[in-house]
Amino acid sequence: MGNGTTVLATEQINQVLNNIGDRKKSQGIIPKSLTLLSVLLIAAILAVILGNIFLGGIGVISWEFISQSPAHGLEEGGIFPAIFGTVALVFLMVIAVVPIGVLTAIYLHEYTRPDSMITRAIRISINNLAGVPSIVFGLFGLGFFISFVGGFLDSVFVIADDRPYWGQPAIIWASLTLALLTLPVVIVSTEEALRAIPRELREASYALGATKLQTILRIIIPQALPGILTGGILAVSRGAGEVAPILFTGAAYYLPYLPTQLNHQFMELGYHVYILATQAPDIDKTKPILYGTVLTLLVLTFLLNFTAIFIRSRMRSRRVAD
Amino acid sequence: MTDMTTPPSAPPRTSTHIKITAETVDFWYGDNHALRDVTLSMGKGKVTALIGPSGCGKSTFLRCLNRMNETIPGTRMTGTVRLDDRDIYNGFGDVSQLRTRVGMVFQKSNPFPKSIFDNVAYGLRVNGIKDRQIITHAVEDTLKKAFLWDEVKDKLSHSAYMLSGGQQQRLCIARALAVRPEVLLMDEPASALDPISTTKIEDLIAELKGSYTIIIVTHNMQQAGRVSDKTAFFYEGKMVEAGETTQIFTNPQEKRTEDYITGRFG
Ligand SMILES: Nc1ncnc2c1ncn2[C@@H]1O[C@H](COP(=O)(O)OP(=O)(O)OP(=O)(O)O)[C@@H](O)[C@H]1O
Ligand SMILES: [Mg+2]
Repeated sequence: MGNGTTVLATEQINQVLNNIGDRKKSQGIIPKSLTLLSVLLIAAILAVILGNIFLGGIGVISWEFISQSPAHGLEEGGIFPAIFGTVALVFLMVIAVVPIGVLTAIYLHEYTRPDSMITRAIRISINNLAGVPSIVFGLFGLGFFISFVGGFLDSVFVIADDRPYWGQPAIIWASLTLALLTLPVVIVSTEEALRAIPRELREASYALGATKLQTILRIIIPQALPGILTGGILAVSRGAGEVAPILFTGAAYYLPYLPTQLNHQFMELGYHVYILATQAPDIDKTKPILYGTVLTLLVLTFLLNFTAIFIRSRMRSRRVAD
Repeated sequence: MTDMTTPPSAPPRTSTHIKITAETVDFWYGDNHALRDVTLSMGKGKVTALIGPSGCGKSTFLRCLNRMNETIPGTRMTGTVRLDDRDIYNGFGDVSQLRTRVGMVFQKSNPFPKSIFDNVAYGLRVNGIKDRQIITHAVEDTLKKAFLWDEVKDKLSHSAYMLSGGQQQRLCIARALAVRPEVLLMDEPASALDPISTTKIEDLIAELKGSYTIIIVTHNMQQAGRVSDKTAFFYEGKMVEAGETTQIFTNPQEKRTEDYITGRFG
């Protein structure tokens, strides 16, 4: 009798254990297949989007397309001014955002106490800046840069009779607006790079009689350079192709000339896509050009990213090897 | 009785024999009272060893001697530290000038991510020396002094990270020597090294002794015995006992010192 119950108990235990094993197995399968499914879904969506753009756009791409100006109500010709404008815009943006972002990060990380009021205030501002919708940046650029700063410059330096010289939409204001939008990215990645520099390196420098400034210039910035470049890359990715911030601050529907002055307006690929898709006289006729423009914008963004990534990895490997 | 800076039998020292003195030094990391009323003098051209269990304040004390602790926010120090009878905390002037006179070698070797040459040249350059010839000459000179020249003379432009751990640490010593300090602070300079590299560092210390005043933190009693002239025993932030190394090791006056060096605790 006692023996029988023991056998029964053992069997029950075995059964329970087996069930656990089965449950564990099935528990493993469900999350695995779910995650795999979502990965496949994302990959499929990406493939459809990129494939569609590629197939629709590749036929249009030609030397003429990327080297000529639009013609005949945007139905013919190329998109060179938009390519030029995009590159110039991003270039100016990087020139503005990297120094300001890096200096801010250095100030925050090297010169203030992490718990001080001013550091906290700046940090909160940066976080909030990152959350502001890009159209708000556009409006801010219009109000602050064009009306306020531009208007002020015009009132101080009277250049051309009474036409505004600085107080109008221009590539400088558009790139500064974009720089504001991408500032948090540069600050955050620079700060991360600074935080990763070991104390020992700073102390080694101080111990040799280096001042704080010398230590920052000779040890800290070179060491943080890959991180700073990462910030630049992320800023370019974030900024290139953004339409809302440049809508009111400098992008033009069509221009017969290239922007060669800081106060010129400019054409831009993302904005051009918007124009082609919604504002062209005959949308069906501009469709191939639209595809080609989108493809160019994508390729350009990828190229900018890859160049920066290439430079960064070159720098990393040089540093390890030199 | 506890704060003896010299053993009773030692002859009275005039200050020309003393390079650095610390008087009634107290130190806080925030609320953590890490050094309590430490008074200690360190002889010119001599090796002084600081020993004691982990966390007793040896590194903290050492870093008071070149004001390195000032770089840590939230710390506070009272008391006086004198270098050649001059207070280094009051009216000394530029702290970077102090640090060229009081060099430092850290526990973990910390070469810069630069070439071997640039590592040694760094201290000269930040102190305003630009002449290439002078720098080249000084780098060679210093590497020879650190017995590293023969090992690295063909790869001066290579990254310092290509050296072995022991070589890196000797490079760090060379780097510190390049600015011609008068005092060398060494915080467990050999604790991360193999026995052969450790021997090389100890030989180097023996060689440098006389021309430099050396203060070395070590956990290794044999090492303290081999390299130092004077030993100070720290315990819980206090300097318990200091004296001639032979006296401390053979005839400690304090029970805690004896317990520590005989390995009963710590
Ligand atoms: N940067 C710091 N911030 C806060 N507290 C610290 C810091 N460095 C050391 N302390 C504290 O100060 C006390 C003394 O530390 P210290 O590093 O001087 O000891 P030590 O004798 O060198 O020990 P070890 O032999 O382990 O190196 C310890 O309680 C330690 O926790
Ligand atoms: Mg220590």
